[in-house]
Amino acid sequence: MIEILDTVERWRAEGQRVALATVVRVEQSAPRDPGAVMAVSERGEVAGSVSGGCVEAAVYEEASDAIGTGRPRLVTYGISDAHAIEQGLTCGGTIHVFVERLDW
Amino acid sequence: MIFERLAAALRADAPVALATRLDEVRPGAKLIVDVSGAEGDLGSPGLNFAVEAEARALLAVGENALRTFGCDGEPIGTEARLFIQAFAPKADLYIFGAIDFSRAMARLGKYLGYRVTVIDARPVFATEARIPDADRVVVAWPDEFLASARVEPRTAIVVLTHDTKFDIPLLKVALDTNAGYIGAMGSRRTHAARVELLRAGGVSESDLERICAPVGLDIGARTPEETAISIAAEIVAMRSDRRGGRLRDGSLAVHP
Repeated sequence: MIEILDTVERWRAEGQRVALATVVRVEQSAPRDPGAVMAVSERGEVAGSVSGGCVEAAVYEEASDAIGTGRPRLVTYGISDAHAIEQGLTCGGTIHVFVERLDW
Repeated sequence: MIFERLAAALRADAPVALATRLDEVRPGAKLIVDVSGAEGDLGSPGLNFAVEAEARALLAVGENALRTFGCDGEPIGTEARLFIQAFAPKADLYIFGAIDFSRAMARLGKYLGYRVTVIDARPVFATEARIPDADRVVVAWPDEFLASARVEPRTAIVVLTHDTKFDIPLLKVALDTNAGYIGAMGSRRTHAARVELLRAGGVSESDLERICAPVGLDIGARTPEETAISIAAEIVAMRSDRRGGRLRDGSLAVHP
């Protein structure tokens, strides 16, 4: 979290809305532990990460949507996921990511 | 605002926990818990109260957790599902001896997220100019410093003094703590001599086993930077109960 503070504060100072994606659960092998965060700005900039790069693109879409709608959501990525081919973790694990607009 | 309060605590390296509701009833509801109290609303006073208590317990051990409660905080309920993120203050890395190896070790320690303190009894060597990356450079007798320092299982102690007069009393104090990592630089011969002195001083065999010496993983390190990488890798390996070595030669899951 601390590594994205400066960037998120700068975006908010610029008046941009921001979404935050947080890894809340990891099953089996995954590159980042619970607590890993990625932030996305209204202009589409990114800070931080939630995996080794495997699912960032999908999380980015969810985050952009959350910025627009304000609707938080819990999303799951992994080999058991229907989108495994495009969005699966190459390491074979499953991660659960909570995506929300930073309204707090 | 909760985010500002979180940011301030993280920057001050003060303990803080953030609870987020993940369920469909109040997704995203927040409660922040720090030394001065709690702020936010998870949906009911009972839930706020229960989660604050749980967050404080998690802060004590520095762990994140998923927890479920009833909508009014009942411990056996399942309506409220929460992710509680506990940000414990940084763990300490104590580096004894202000030599070139210490400068590289301090730099890597910071990189790994430790609060780095370098201790040396010699004021000429123990200067911030020589060890710019350390959070603190302290002129003190090593064993006396450690005897009054904060030590917990997350603490790493790296002895680079390389001098029996400092090493022996320091290692004795280190072995009386619950530090998770105790490494001591020196050749096999140096360490064998140290072990004899420690044994003669009444240190038990099981305590002698706790000393990582010769220090570091076997990567053929020569320079201060390479040696620091070798020691840092051993600290990480000990933390996750791994032996080191090449992943290609192993069969365990890559991420512990």
